[in-house]
Amino acid sequence: MDIIYTSFFQRALIGGMLIGVAAPLIGIFLVLRRLSMIGDTLSHAAIAGVALGFLIGDMPIVFGMLFALIASFAIEKLRHAYKSYAELSLAIIMSAGIAIASILFTLGRDMNMDVDSFLFGFIYALSPNDIWTILAVAVVVVLIVAAKYHQLFLLTFDEEAASVSGINVKYYNILISVLTALVISISIKVVGGLLVSALLTIPAACSLIIARSFKQSIFIVMLVGELAVILGLFIAGVWNLAAGGTIVLALIVFLLLLLGWKGIISGRK
Amino acid sequence: MTIQRESCHRDIITLDNVSFSYQKKDILKNMSFSVKERDFIGLIGTNGAGKTTTLRLIVGLLKPTSGTISLFGEPIESFRAWEKIGYVPQKNHLNPLFPATVKEVVLSGLKRKNKWFSRTTKDDYEKCYDALMAMGVEDLADKRIGELSGGQQQRVFLARALINNPSLLILDEPTIGIDVETQKSFFHMIKHMHQHHNITFLMVSHDMEMIKGYLGDEPADQIGKLNFYIRHSHDTKSCVETNLVHSLRHLRKNLALKNGGIN
Repeated sequence: MDIIYTSFFQRALIGGMLIGVAAPLIGIFLVLRRLSMIGDTLSHAAIAGVALGFLIGDMPIVFGMLFALIASFAIEKLRHAYKSYAELSLAIIMSAGIAIASILFTLGRDMNMDVDSFLFGFIYALSPNDIWTILAVAVVVVLIVAAKYHQLFLLTFDEEAASVSGINVKYYNILISVLTALVISISIKVVGGLLVSALLTIPAACSLIIARSFKQSIFIVMLVGELAVILGLFIAGVWNLAAGGTIVLALIVFLLLLLGWKGIISGRK
Repeated sequence: MTIQRESCHRDIITLDNVSFSYQKKDILKNMSFSVKERDFIGLIGTNGAGKTTTLRLIVGLLKPTSGTISLFGEPIESFRAWEKIGYVPQKNHLNPLFPATVKEVVLSGLKRKNKWFSRTTKDDYEKCYDALMAMGVEDLADKRIGELSGGQQQRVFLARALINNPSLLILDEPTIGIDVETQKSFFHMIKHMHQHHNITFLMVSHDMEMIKGYLGDEPADQIGKLNFYIRHSHDTKSCVETNLVHSLRHLRKNLALKNGGIN
């Protein structure tokens, strides 16, 4: 239990809790707009960025962000080129990200590059600077969602109605892409590039089971994200397990419990 | 191909020489027509005649390949008063699991000032309730939208289109998938709105019976494969209430007395 009192664990807890709010909050909009896979795609692009940032100097988060941003704009461009096959653009960008990452990993072999930590997270290595970056991104995400709640709801529920009501759909789509890229690049350190999309999508999947209204679903995703991060970190800390994987498994356990509960409820009716 | 009519009212919609092509195929060619204030225009045409395309051009979801479109006398590019227009698209490809209540959906139609952290006021909730009342679905306010039947959903989308008291209602096959009884009461409501309120209508419909019954047997004009049935209304006679939803609420009560319920 001593690990809980160490400063690296406490930093991990703070960073994890901030991401536990920010990632599900942006994720619910992606899932409801049928863009669940975008998180996966952007995170693979971000892995390549993190690797490059490591090779050039010690700037993994900055380059991760940059790559995720470039990837999100590339997806938008490809989405227009293949109009009704939007998921094709995701597959292309995802492969591009992995391809670049694999080349960079091989280049970095001689430089002690810790590939595992890019893929599965290195939450105990969060520096005070990382915490500030994560805090800034989390605050921006929460503030923008709160400030533009009505516009984001309409855009998510009915993009055409949003357009007809005078909302600048293009501008909001870019906004969501940028926020997603930001959230992903800060989440990579916590759960790793391969597991980032779990933080975006599984809380949303949980809320779809029980939420009756949009407002409820917003609170449910944040609650589920928080609980999973806290539970996952403590379990991982005490039994010395991989933190990222434990958090994601906690999310999946919540999802299964909710599905089971829903099954019992509807069975009774 | 131009439709020109003398009228006492100003133009609400003006299409001037509008063409639209999609993937090098001409959907609409050099179309010009205008919709005057207080017109009720029924747009009829075969599949692929360009009915939905015309509506989508007018609400700005599509951009014409050439030609100009004006709304309320202003070019569409600089038009900003979108709350004056209520638009109900053909079919809402709605995800049944989407977590939103009927109330949230109707409120999403509300014109909001483009400011940060705008809150939903008591007044907003009243407008929402009035619009739901007008469409006879106020009991469903807290239901999840995906739990409603197709007809109920359509009414919710109409309520959303009505929440700003629009001057122009654009409806694309509004009664598709709705049972005959509900269709009748819906048209009754629409006719009432047209006769007693300052609302202009542009509606695509397959329901020839309703179109001919209200707009006359012969189309007033024809452009390509599109037929325009037109009826003009002048004064807002005999309507005590000026507020649309309040008057609709009244109408619904009367109807309910006559028919023993319209649901």
